[in-house]
Amino acid sequence: MTSERGTFGTRSVQFAFLAIAGGAWWFATETGSVSRLLLPPPASVYATLERLVQTSAFWSAVLVTLTTIAKAFSIALVVGILAGYLITRSKLAMDVIEPVISGLFTIPITLFFPMFILFFGIGSGSKVAYGATYAFFPIALNTIAAFSGLEERYLRAARSMGAGRWDTFRYILLPGAFPVLMTGLRIGFFICLASVLGGETISSVAGIGRNIALAAELMESARMFAWITFVVLSSVTLNLLVYSLETRLRSR
Amino acid sequence: MSEATLQAKTSTFSAVWRNPTFLRVLLIAAVVLALEIYGRGWADPAFMSPPSGIMNAFLVKIAPEPKIIEALWFCVLQIAAAYALSVVVGVIIGLAIGATNFSRVAFFPVVLLLFAIPQVSLLPLVILMFGLGPAAKIAFGFSHGVFPIIMNVVAGMRDVKELHRRAARSMGASRADTIRHVILPHIVPSLFTGLRLGMTLTLLGVILAELYVSTGGIGYYTRLFAENYSPAPLFALIGCLALIAVLFNELVRIAERRLTPGKRRHPKLKIPVKE
Repeated sequence: MTSERGTFGTRSVQFAFLAIAGGAWWFATETGSVSRLLLPPPASVYATLERLVQTSAFWSAVLVTLTTIAKAFSIALVVGILAGYLITRSKLAMDVIEPVISGLFTIPITLFFPMFILFFGIGSGSKVAYGATYAFFPIALNTIAAFSGLEERYLRAARSMGAGRWDTFRYILLPGAFPVLMTGLRIGFFICLASVLGGETISSVAGIGRNIALAAELMESARMFAWITFVVLSSVTLNLLVYSLETRLRSR
Repeated sequence: MSEATLQAKTSTFSAVWRNPTFLRVLLIAAVVLALEIYGRGWADPAFMSPPSGIMNAFLVKIAPEPKIIEALWFCVLQIAAAYALSVVVGVIIGLAIGATNFSRVAFFPVVLLLFAIPQVSLLPLVILMFGLGPAAKIAFGFSHGVFPIIMNVVAGMRDVKELHRRAARSMGASRADTIRHVILPHIVPSLFTGLRLGMTLTLLGVILAELYVSTGGIGYYTRLFAENYSPAPLFALIGCLALIAVLFNELVRIAERRLTPGKRRHPKLKIPVKE
C-alpha cells in the first residue's frame, strides 16, 4: 500500500519491534507471570506445530478448508463479475442496484450466519455459501466501479474507428477495467478466506477453524497456538505474495 | 386534453418511473412480496418463514421476552464501548505513527502486517482470555475496528502538503498549532473514511464474538432457534441485529455529513474490508 522504501533505520525499528514482541512472549512465559493456559511458551508451541504437521489429520483439515475456500471463491468470482458487468451495461440498473449492494455490504453478513447453518447444515456447504456471499460484494462492487469508471470518449473513439462489440470489449473495456477488477478479486479472496475460517470457528464439524475452536474448548493451548501460528504465517505469506504479484503486474 | 398537457403528464410519469430511488423501493418491495408468496405457498416451515410470519414472531416471541431484549441492549452497549475505544486509541496511534516520516515508514508496514492476520483465528483465544462476558466482545470489536482508523489517519497525515506545513512554521506556528490548525482539519475527510470502515468492522467483531459464545447473549438464542428449526423468531432476531447495525452505520454517516467541512471528497484508500 505504501510504496515508500524503508531505510536501514526504519528496517531496524521493524525488526526491533518483532524482536521485542517475541522476547516479551518468551519472557512472560519464562517468569510465569501469565498462565500457561493463556500463553504457552514459544518452544512448546513450535514443538506442537512440528508434531502437528506430521499428522495426516492436520493436512486433511487444511484440505477441507482449502476446498471450501476454493469453491466459495469460484462461485463469488463468476457470479460477482457477471452480475457486476451486467449491471454496468445499463445506467438505470446501476443507479438502482449499486446503492442496494453497497448498502447491504455495510451490514455484517456474519449476522446471517445462523441462517446459512439452517439452510445448508453444519457441514462445509454452509461455509461455502457464507464465504461466497461475503466475497460476492467486494467483487461485484469493484466490477461495477471498474466498468463504469471508463471514460466515454475511449468507447466513442473505438466505435468511430469501426470496432465491433467484441473488439471494444477486448481492447477497451477489459484492459481499462482490469486493475480495479483485480483489486476486487484480492479483497474478495481475503474476505472469503477469513469468513470461511470464521464460519468454521463458530459452527462446523471439520476444517482449520474447527480445530482452533476445539483446542480452545479442550484447553489445549499449545495446540491452539500451533494452529493459530500456522494460519497467521500462511495468510501473511499469501498477502505478501499477492501484493508483490500485483505490483509486478501494475509496473508492466 | 391538449397535446401539451398530455406530454407534460407522460413526461412526469416517465420521470417517476425512471427515478432510481422509486425503482429501488419497488425492487425491494418486489423481493419482500416474492418471499411472502414463496414462504406461504411452497417453503418448508422448518427452514423458511414469510415476512409476515417474521413480523408476527417479533411481536410474539422477541419483543415480550425481557431476556432477549436485554441481550440486544447489551449488544448495543458493547458495540458502543468497542467503537469508542477504537476511535480514541486508533486516532492516538494514528497520529503517533503519522507524526514523522520516519515513524510512518517504520511502523505503517507493521500495522499492515497485523491487519493482514485473519483475526477470527484468534477468537477462541480472546474468549479464553476475557471470558464469556462483555469484555471479550468489546475486545474483539476493538481489535477489528481500530485498524482502519489508524490506517486512514496515517494516510490523511501523509497527504498534508509539505508547503502548508512549511508555511505554518514560517509564520511562527508551534508544533501544537500546526497539529491543531493544519493537520487536524486536513485529515478530517480521510478520518471519516476510517471511522466508517471502523464501524463496519467493530460491528463485525462484536457480532462474531456474540455468535461464537453460545452459552449466553444473542449467540444462545440464535443457536436455540436454529436447532429447534423455528426460523421465524431466528429471522426476527437477526432482523433486530441488522437494524442495530444499520442505525450505527447511519450515525457515523450523519456525523460525517455534519462535521466534514464543505463538500470535500474523501480520498479513497482501498482497504481490504475483512471478515
